[in-house]
Amino acid sequence: MKRLFLGATVVALAVTVVFALWVTPSRPSQGFDAVRLLYLHVPTAWIAYLAFGVTALASLLWLIPRTRDTTWDLLAGASAEVGVLFTGLTLILGSLWGKPAWGTWWEWDARLTTTAILFFLYLGYLALRRTGATSEERGTRSAIAALIAFVDVPVSYLSVTWWQTLHQPGTVFNSNRHVLIDGSMAFTLIAAVVSFTMLYAYLVLERFQLAQLEEGREERELQRAIAERVRADQVEVAPV
Amino acid sequence: MSFVRDALVIAGKDLRIERRSRVALQQIIPFGGIVVLLFAFALDSDRTLLHQAAPGLFWAAVLLAVLLAIGRSFSVEEANRARDGLRLSGIDGGSIFVGKAAAVAVELFLLEIVVGAAVVVLYDVTVRGIVVLLCSAVAATVGLAAAGTVYGVLAGGLRARETLVPLLLLPAVTPVMLGGTRAFQAALDGSPGDAWPWIQLLTAFAVLAVAAGTVAFGPLLEAA
Repeated sequence: MKRLFLGATVVALAVTVVFALWVTPSRPSQGFDAVRLLYLHVPTAWIAYLAFGVTALASLLWLIPRTRDTTWDLLAGASAEVGVLFTGLTLILGSLWGKPAWGTWWEWDARLTTTAILFFLYLGYLALRRTGATSEERGTRSAIAALIAFVDVPVSYLSVTWWQTLHQPGTVFNSNRHVLIDGSMAFTLIAAVVSFTMLYAYLVLERFQLAQLEEGREERELQRAIAERVRADQVEVAPV
Repeated sequence: MSFVRDALVIAGKDLRIERRSRVALQQIIPFGGIVVLLFAFALDSDRTLLHQAAPGLFWAAVLLAVLLAIGRSFSVEEANRARDGLRLSGIDGGSIFVGKAAAVAVELFLLEIVVGAAVVVLYDVTVRGIVVLLCSAVAATVGLAAAGTVYGVLAGGLRARETLVPLLLLPAVTPVMLGGTRAFQAALDGSPGDAWPWIQLLTAFAVLAVAAGTVAFGPLLEAA
């Protein structure tokens, strides 16, 4: 099943690549072929937001006593890892696009700044997670840290509407409710978003399963240590 | 009323420790002073540049000192397993949070007076718009102390606590850095009216940080 999903993801990504590189038009006003970065930059940014949203939701489910389960803690961690990766990619791709389109690698624009802060907030979150071996040790701390960090996600998303600095406002979701993209570009963008979402789901699944195995190993080692200790005690006690 | 009384007890305890140990007075406040000196080296003692950047440099110095103050506020709870005592005291988590944050805020005010005086003298700044300066400093300090206390307990008891707190806290308090700098800039430039949106930002941050801390401190103290 996982293999099949991976196959479908690869096919979807391949279709996106073909459309993005050969079918869609270039645009002189945005650095000719540099406009094709749209089909990478937008999906990576979307995945970053989606990933942190999933992390926040899973953290919330951990914090509610009735739904508290190791699954949520591990899912939050797995999703945040993928989210940090994609936030980093978004920053790098945006910077590569900024040079031909705006003439600068970096600008202290509201969207760029809030995204950079987002990157560091979740880097801190991942560092915090690494300090505890089991879900019980790290669960509550990391869940609260994730919820605090999530405050920056809507700020970052809405920053282009609130402050209107250099970064352009939303192409699809904007205040005028007017979609500013059509034809092959619109199709490619949708294909890119869908295929990247599939890639995200696959990566989170892999990472989640790995985390479960790690968690299981910790648990088994603990049980083994307890069993050894009990045996050692029995040996000591035996002569008496 | 017991909420306030308990918070005052906790704040009194922390401030008494600081008065006796003099760590804040002899280490954290001088640290703020040396950072002010270092910035002057970085900008090659160019008076105009220092003068222009003074508000930002002031808050950067305060922000770095906050890290020390928070580290100190929670290292006193590590010694002699004081944290367990705090948990067993029966005091509500929210009260402990408000008390600890208030103690940090008092220390920060003292620090800001010293750092502010150093900035005025060394960076050639003329003090103007004192009401705006005070309002923004109060709002920013409450926000910094509250956010710092949240992250202090979040990392409490962990082996990597000292290195973790800066990584967690500094990105989270960027709104204070921005708001404090802009509000001070407006006041010193003689246009205090421009500072109010920034003071609103600082106040909103402070309210959010205090609310989040009051709710989250108890569970975090239990988890630590």
